[in-house]
Amino acid sequence: MNAMAEPEAEFAVLPGFVAVLRRDLLLAWRTRAEIAQPVIFFIMVASLFPLGIGADMKLLARVGAGVVWACGVLATLLSLPRIFAQDHADGTLEQMALSAYPLSAIAGGKLAAHWLTTGLPLSLTAPVIGLQFGMDAPTQGVLVLSLLIGSPILSMIGAIAAALTLGARGQSLLIALLVLPLYVPVVIFGAGAVESFGAGIDHGAHLALLGAGTLAGLVATPFVVAAAIRIALD
Amino acid sequence: MLFKYASPASFYPLAGKLAPVFAVIALVLTAVGLYQGFIIAPTDFQQGEVYRIIFIHVPSAWMGMFIYLVMAMYACLALVFNTRLSAMMMQALAPTGAIMTAIALWTGALWGKPTWGTYWAWDARMTSTLFLLFLYFGYMALDNAIEDRRRADKAGALLVLVGVVNVPIIYFSVRWWNTLHQGATVVPGSSKMADTMLAAMMVMTFAMWAYAIAVALWRVRGIILEREKNTAWVQELLDRP
Repeated sequence: MNAMAEPEAEFAVLPGFVAVLRRDLLLAWRTRAEIAQPVIFFIMVASLFPLGIGADMKLLARVGAGVVWACGVLATLLSLPRIFAQDHADGTLEQMALSAYPLSAIAGGKLAAHWLTTGLPLSLTAPVIGLQFGMDAPTQGVLVLSLLIGSPILSMIGAIAAALTLGARGQSLLIALLVLPLYVPVVIFGAGAVESFGAGIDHGAHLALLGAGTLAGLVATPFVVAAAIRIALD
Repeated sequence: MLFKYASPASFYPLAGKLAPVFAVIALVLTAVGLYQGFIIAPTDFQQGEVYRIIFIHVPSAWMGMFIYLVMAMYACLALVFNTRLSAMMMQALAPTGAIMTAIALWTGALWGKPTWGTYWAWDARMTSTLFLLFLYFGYMALDNAIEDRRRADKAGALLVLVGVVNVPIIYFSVRWWNTLHQGATVVPGSSKMADTMLAAMMVMTFAMWAYAIAVALWRVRGIILEREKNTAWVQELLDRP
């Protein structure tokens, strides 16, 4: 690459973002089976609930949204160590931090890739569980919408915890401990949107709060994750 | 002047002098507050004697939240100025904050049974206090799991700052979800409580505050000794008869 083509790397936010996003998506595609695991886990755990609480369709329809959100959170938890652990173990993360691209742009790319390979598929498979729980089509629409708007927050908070726990003992369980209290508002508003839609109340407020959380997170999280990575590599 | 005491070596003796003072203050205020609360304050016309648990419940709930905020402040200091003592204070405060939160939950359950007829309800404020306790656990777990002390300090500080977003949610959740828990009774300027009750609660709050300071100072002395055990001044201190 000649000197002319080299962008001023300090400000090369977009190229850094795109490069990492492409790399992570390609890696994910090469290990498709691994990517499918959270989705399969999601459906399997949700399928346990009717066995535990009984097959009364009315009851199931009422608890459906909460079950989907709780299982979505659990499935996301499973996928979190994947964001950085491999790259940390083989030294890629260190090279990324040393590269000329801003670390926050790299973190942003990793976040986007994680959401595209976890949050998005989970959101889109939620109707399968919705059917099992006897939810009607409009309710399912709200459920998917709430997941689409809210699941980026799960990826963002999760990535912070994943970076903070790099190299710590018992990482996967530790991530769960750190992340679950912080996921509470997301679950409340996500499931709350579906519930208030079912009760005929305006569900827009819940979705708007989720959206606000996602937007605020998008602004701040890449920098927090970058700081967490720097601490991990310290 | 202030920065002088940011060094563990000069803070250690200061903490040793201050801790007993705060312990005595805590003891005296607890005696006064409990006397005021249990004997002087009138019986509540709605709830009877059982309401008196608020003299422990409310101050501990406040302290549970407040200590987390103080930890967040130390987290800022630790990350911005890279001061070791700030991180040590954070580490020293966490167990006290967790205990305060646990006391608030426990006394709340004991009070809820006769008043609401249930030990636990999925009320917003109770739930968020429970999750505040989990935040303390999370911080302590992370602090324990990372071997490298400097990394553990910084990671813990960042976690506390991320978690502090949750504390305002606890406070405002009362208005957002407004369910079983009674609305805030103590609002500056427009208190619905009898004066004696309010006074007792305030005295108890200051008592718990003094207790938290005393315990944190004692704990931070232990942490300082442990972390600085290889320095000359600690060796000298330990060799002294």
